[in-house]
Amino acid sequence: MISELLIISVGAILINNFVLVQFLGICPFLGVSKKVETASGMGIAVVFVMICASALTWVVQEYLLVPFGIEYMQTIAFILVIAVLVQFVEMFLQKSIPSLYNSLGVYLPLITTNCAVLGVAINNITKFGGTEMSFVKSIVYGGSAGLGFTLAIVLFAGVRERLESSDIPEFLKGMPVVLVTAALLSIAFLGFSGLSFN
Amino acid sequence: MSQILIPILIVGGMGIIFGVLLGAASKIFAVKTDERVPKILEVLPGANCGGCGFAGCSAYANALVSGGVKPNMCPVGGAAVAEKISEILGVEAEEKEKMVARVLCNGNPERAVQKYEYDGPRDCHSAARLGGGEKMCPHGCLGFGSCVAVCKFGAISVADGVAVVDVNKCVACGACALECPKKIIKILPAKSKYTITCKSVEKGKITRRDCKVGCIGCGICAKNCPKGAIVVKDNVAVIDPMKCVNCGICASKCPQKAINKVE
Repeated sequence: MISELLIISVGAILINNFVLVQFLGICPFLGVSKKVETASGMGIAVVFVMICASALTWVVQEYLLVPFGIEYMQTIAFILVIAVLVQFVEMFLQKSIPSLYNSLGVYLPLITTNCAVLGVAINNITKFGGTEMSFVKSIVYGGSAGLGFTLAIVLFAGVRERLESSDIPEFLKGMPVVLVTAALLSIAFLGFSGLSFN
Repeated sequence: MSQILIPILIVGGMGIIFGVLLGAASKIFAVKTDERVPKILEVLPGANCGGCGFAGCSAYANALVSGGVKPNMCPVGGAAVAEKISEILGVEAEEKEKMVARVLCNGNPERAVQKYEYDGPRDCHSAARLGGGEKMCPHGCLGFGSCVAVCKFGAISVADGVAVVDVNKCVACGACALECPKKIIKILPAKSKYTITCKSVEKGKITRRDCKVGCIGCGICAKNCPKGAIVVKDNVAVIDPMKCVNCGICASKCPQKAINKVE
């Protein structure tokens, strides 16, 4: 079982990295990757929300959508769950752990509209739906997806920090060079697709 | 019919339950945020200059509400803003002395002796590192306008090789004083119009050699001041702005013409 979970987590972090291979959550990836510090803050927030969202959406799927045969409402139901969850977590943190709330800052509400979170929720169902271990698997998958996101955004932020002080041709300055960098990073991650466990 | 009703009921029900939960949570986890903070933020100029000593306008507003901070610290808004803040906070406004930045150098290239010709980057910090700049006097204005670059209010300019402050625009935030590598900009009360435009602490003989308008610490101004507002310390005269009555006797008596009237 542990080896199975390990395969899931390595798969989500490296082989099917959410940002660099599946191209989910590109907007925070480009938006908040100017500094390693803010990037890691965003990453931690995403890990946290993805774990909670995986657990909750699994419950919603298993005990609401499947028994009533309305799996086609998945997307709407999951968006609802994620939005509520993020709101709730924000309130909870503000009251109970203000220091964490302050350090996550604006990233927490931003995650509500992060498609990577919805991607995790839907992948959970399509990949592991129906098996008996799927609740634990869902949580492991969610956490690993978050870690993969963190890895990608922190790596990218590191490169962008170096780009700041380098001599870039005029026509590549700003967004162009950022997109080229993202593409190169994505190609680099393509190398992990050789790591197959099947 | 049930094909439509069931999803509506389930998803709608989820929405209602979540809504109620969130509503309850917002009551349970309610954090007291002071409603006076946004009000104060509205009154503050929003320049985020840091002149009050806090990280920005919102930091100052938070500090005001939590107490122990005076409402008259915003140099940009001045008395008008202080009054409004006091109104919001319900405390008496205190008159704050209007402050202004003064440049303590008047040594333009004709008056100050040049040591060498500086040819490097047009920046005071760079010039200051190269033998203290091109002026003989180690306390002279370098005139490359590092202060101009940091002023958010366009109140400082370089005229004839020396920085000049526009008193009407200056809000005394102190950014220029911090930036100046020679530390010859001081934030002083605007009340006193007369300033000793020299900061040379060298002996009189050396100051006289370096600059035509340097304070040589002779003390004539101090002797002639009817209010005793001037003292000579470390070979340079200093006016106490609180005692000064702007009579102008010191400026007329100064043999070096180192005391100048600034509006």
